Amino acid sequence: MTLVLRMIAQRLALGLLTLFVVSLIIFGATELLPGDFAEAVLGQAATPETVAAIRRELGLDQPFYIRYVDWLWGAVQFDFGSSLAQRGRPVADMILGRLGNTLFLALYAAAMAVPLALMLGILAALWRNSLFDRVTNSSALSAISFPEFFVAYILIYILAQGGWFPSMARMPASADLGEKLYRSFLPALTLTLVVTAHMMRMTRAAIINLLSSPYIEMARLKGMRPSRVIVHHALPNAIAPIVNVVAINLAYLITGVVVVEVVFVYPGLGQLMVDSVSRRDIPVVQAVALIFAAAYVLLNLTADVISTLSNPRLMYRK
Amino acid sequence: MKNPILPRGITRRGVLKGATALGAAGLILPASYRKAAAEPRRGGVMRIAMGHGNTSDNLDPATWDNAYVQVMASTIHNYLTEIDTDGTLAPEIAESWEASADAATWTFRIREGVTFHSGRTVTPEDVVASINHHRGEDSGSAAKPIVDPITDIQIDGQYVIFTLEAGNADFPFIMSDYHLPIMPSTDGRIDPRSADGCGGYVMQSFEPGVEAHMTRNPDYWKPNRAHVDEVIMLPIIDAAARQNALITGEVDVIDRVDLNTVHLLERSPNIRVISVPGTQHYTFVMDSRVEPFTDNNVRLALKYAVNRQQLVDTVLSGYGVVGNDHPIGRSNRYFADELEQRELDPERARYHLQQAGLDSLDVSLSASDAAFGGAVDAAVLFSETAAQAGININVVREPSDGYWSNVWMVKPFTAVYWGGRPTEDWMFSTAYATGAAWNDGFWDHERFNQLLSEARSELDEDRRREMYVDMQSIVRDEGSTVIPMFANYVMAVSDTIATPDDIGANWTMDGFRAPERWWMA
Amino acid sequence: MGFLVFLFWACVTLAAAIALAWGFRKLAAAVTKGEMHRALRDAPLTASFGMMVIAIYLIVAILAPVIAPYPERMIVSTQFQPWTAEHWLGTDALGRDMFSRMVYGTRNTVGIAFATTALAFLIGSVLGLLAATVGGWLDQGLSRLVDVFMAIPSLIFALLLLTIFGTSILTLILVIAVIDSTRVFRLSRAVTEGVVVMDYVEAARLRGEGLVYLITREILPNVTAPLVAEFGLRFCFVFLAISALSFLGLGIQPPTADWGSMVRENATLITFGDITPLLPAGAIALLTVAVNFVVDWQLYRASGLKE
Repeated sequence: MTLVLRMIAQRLALGLLTLFVVSLIIFGATELLPGDFAEAVLGQAATPETVAAIRRELGLDQPFYIRYVDWLWGAVQFDFGSSLAQRGRPVADMILGRLGNTLFLALYAAAMAVPLALMLGILAALWRNSLFDRVTNSSALSAISFPEFFVAYILIYILAQGGWFPSMARMPASADLGEKLYRSFLPALTLTLVVTAHMMRMTRAAIINLLSSPYIEMARLKGMRPSRVIVHHALPNAIAPIVNVVAINLAYLITGVVVVEVVFVYPGLGQLMVDSVSRRDIPVVQAVALIFAAAYVLLNLTADVISTLSNPRLMYRK
Repeated sequence: MKNPILPRGITRRGVLKGATALGAAGLILPASYRKAAAEPRRGGVMRIAMGHGNTSDNLDPATWDNAYVQVMASTIHNYLTEIDTDGTLAPEIAESWEASADAATWTFRIREGVTFHSGRTVTPEDVVASINHHRGEDSGSAAKPIVDPITDIQIDGQYVIFTLEAGNADFPFIMSDYHLPIMPSTDGRIDPRSADGCGGYVMQSFEPGVEAHMTRNPDYWKPNRAHVDEVIMLPIIDAAARQNALITGEVDVIDRVDLNTVHLLERSPNIRVISVPGTQHYTFVMDSRVEPFTDNNVRLALKYAVNRQQLVDTVLSGYGVVGNDHPIGRSNRYFADELEQRELDPERARYHLQQAGLDSLDVSLSASDAAFGGAVDAAVLFSETAAQAGININVVREPSDGYWSNVWMVKPFTAVYWGGRPTEDWMFSTAYATGAAWNDGFWDHERFNQLLSEARSELDEDRRREMYVDMQSIVRDEGSTVIPMFANYVMAVSDTIATPDDIGANWTMDGFRAPERWWMA
Repeated sequence: MGFLVFLFWACVTLAAAIALAWGFRKLAAAVTKGEMHRALRDAPLTASFGMMVIAIYLIVAILAPVIAPYPERMIVSTQFQPWTAEHWLGTDALGRDMFSRMVYGTRNTVGIAFATTALAFLIGSVLGLLAATVGGWLDQGLSRLVDVFMAIPSLIFALLLLTIFGTSILTLILVIAVIDSTRVFRLSRAVTEGVVVMDYVEAARLRGEGLVYLITREILPNVTAPLVAEFGLRFCFVFLAISALSFLGLGIQPPTADWGSMVRENATLITFGDITPLLPAGAIALLTVAVNFVVDWQLYRASGLKE
């Protein structure tokens, strides 16, 4: 167990390093983007004098590395500065509410998608090549080959225009949990449809991959029921790839849902990120990128810890 | 009051008669709605979904750049002057105004007894501070170029006196610009983070990119305006999501209706499409300093190689009128009706190419949907018809992101959107005068410049009209801009909304004033 | 009533698909010999259906100019024409022939998706195998690098890169491939790690086998299955990536026809019950399902299960 703890500590340290490099890359990339905040905010109305004035006012005329070091110095003290666009408004203040919304939607979708995907995946492996397998497979594949926004439009056409669910996930401030779940059902369903197939297929493939192993053969020869073989013998050894794909999809639910946010007018982090990138509002871009990166690092770490625990051979390697 | 704006321009109804059948069909005024329009009703909640607005929006007038904040601004603020639905100028915080003989000094009388939401009275000092917010060396305001000609502002009792560097007969129009709301000041400065204003609604909460919530100002000074109790404004960028919100009854008003599906939306029961032909126009601008556009024959060849009606029918789904290569719309006062409409003419285009000493022409046209909705499609259509004249247009789709800073006025041939300006002088000085900040064709025409400055201070109507017609003709035949179409403002409302008969054409959403002028049926 | 009609047509489609697949299997088995013949003869109907669809797509892609009645970018009529004998699937928002654009879209879309996925797999799986087999600093270095790349959301990363480098088809392929390869790397490394600790690999190591032998002979055969399964999915993710990028205003340059952008261009119509956008979306879905049917079959064969 100490080995695992050491691994966690080591990975967390590495995670910090990752965050640092991510912040450097994002800062550099935003810097490489043509144009800066002053030009972006003035848009068609920009003139050289006004652009210069805004740069002076916000210190954008400072060289790249000075602005980065300034930002970094603040960030290590958990001061992420204030937004360029919302002059003086702390970034943390802009992000907090949206972070909550993003996590809520991700959890909501994951709560539907993960059990569904695992169950379908196990059943499909159990009844492989049956009609059930084919139908689940084809429907799941069809569902993910439709772009997200298109799935969303179809759901809106059927479920929102039919009057069952609202087409917008706009929350009144007073909404209780039940109403929140109701109002954000369509975006959550869209995301469920989008991520289920990937996890389901990986579960199925990982299990089937093990079925020809000698120990499974043995279990089967003992006369064990196929369902028991799969759940008790194949599944534990298939955990590593399954957990990995689940982690990737959970990270996606947190970091990659800007399109769904746009279609359902859901105030999440993705929209903030894209808006801020197009405005070159670097402090906001940096903070959101760090949140996304941290979510990814933590989910991955969890996946790796579970994989390691599930395969003792990994624990004693070198 | 000596008001040079008195002779009324062509009204929107007059425009409709002159417009093409398709353009006329665009403005839909069913009989039932006329009846509903009779008497504005008080009360109700108006929920408006706009196709603009993002997380970077804020309350500082210097930064306003999209229709969401512009409508929001007109809802909570008042201006010195207001452009009326017929395109004439109406007094707002300025009760009246008059000009010196050379139109270089303007005196505005500030209305008495108007209060801000916070309870303070609007004073001439507030007016001066509000305008000064955009002036000066350190100004990063988008409105700096339009207030730059002001050299001095003085207060004399209830009067504010503006001195301009040269005569400008249209100066009061400029004071209606959306960047210039009257805000409360302390020690000669306004607080750009404050939502305090003297408009018809009081800001209750504003979360950029999410929602603005406003309630009726109980002390509003205008007697027959601001009818509803609450206004909720939402930015919904995705066109399909916006339409769905209207269809499913989540909102009452949407702007920027998706023109690809507007024919389907019109069929929906309980939904009314409102289309207003205004000064908004779409252009393809050539950098006149760069080969091959230095040769006016090349520019003319391109102007003859575009099928305008096809663009209006396809890109605008008929919700617009053809342009004649000058930026003056039919609702402007001095629109030159007498100029012959330029049509697609591949033979003429070839002729001009030959005059330029060319057999064929290869150019790249940069477009993006940031330039205007359907810009890429319009560019593709342009390239198809131009091919008939031996002109090969290579359409380059540029990223929407950063279009205005990296493509427009950088690449030699680009698609551009112009909201239009209420006066000819404003439009021409903004984008066609030599050295103007937004002269995107880098066009330089001596006689045009001369006419422009003469017309600006000319107070005789007939002389003025003559000059503006001349200028339109020069831009049309020698300018560096292909102007194929004027786009209508297309909005849609559910049957919970009633509107007046006349809807402002100067900007979208009834000149940004929908929350103040419209009411719940 | 509507549901029954739908059910009826669903059954008809299914029956037709089965019949076609059966016919295709017969045909394929008749024209091949040896090992291939046996494999094709015994292929399940789903697999032969998948192969048939892929074959049809390939033919359409290669012969696009011959099959399409009109050129890709030509405006032949007014916009949104209904389905007629002249324009089989009507016309699009600009008045271009929808059927012709679908046909040309096959070529562009499948070509781009295949090139991108292949590149992503080449980079990702080679590095993944190496990292897991060699271990040590190489593994650490590559894994940390990939961690960093993956920690940046792919859509936003693509948005940044495409804005910086422009949106030519080549950059599009490279950017999506590089971003996708990080996912492939992670998977192949994870799967390989499970295999590397096996006794037979250890034994081969002790025998003193070289790295190339280890990877190609001992490890690769045991990690192919999950990788192949992933390939089938990654393939269709490329369409989705292009489509999502065009939602955000980037993507393939017009007037090139590609299904992802065609879905985007016509998507609003679906909210009025117009099925036009279902055509390109359906074309993508059909190909995805077909590819994955074939993948499943190969996976099944590779697993050595005989039941």
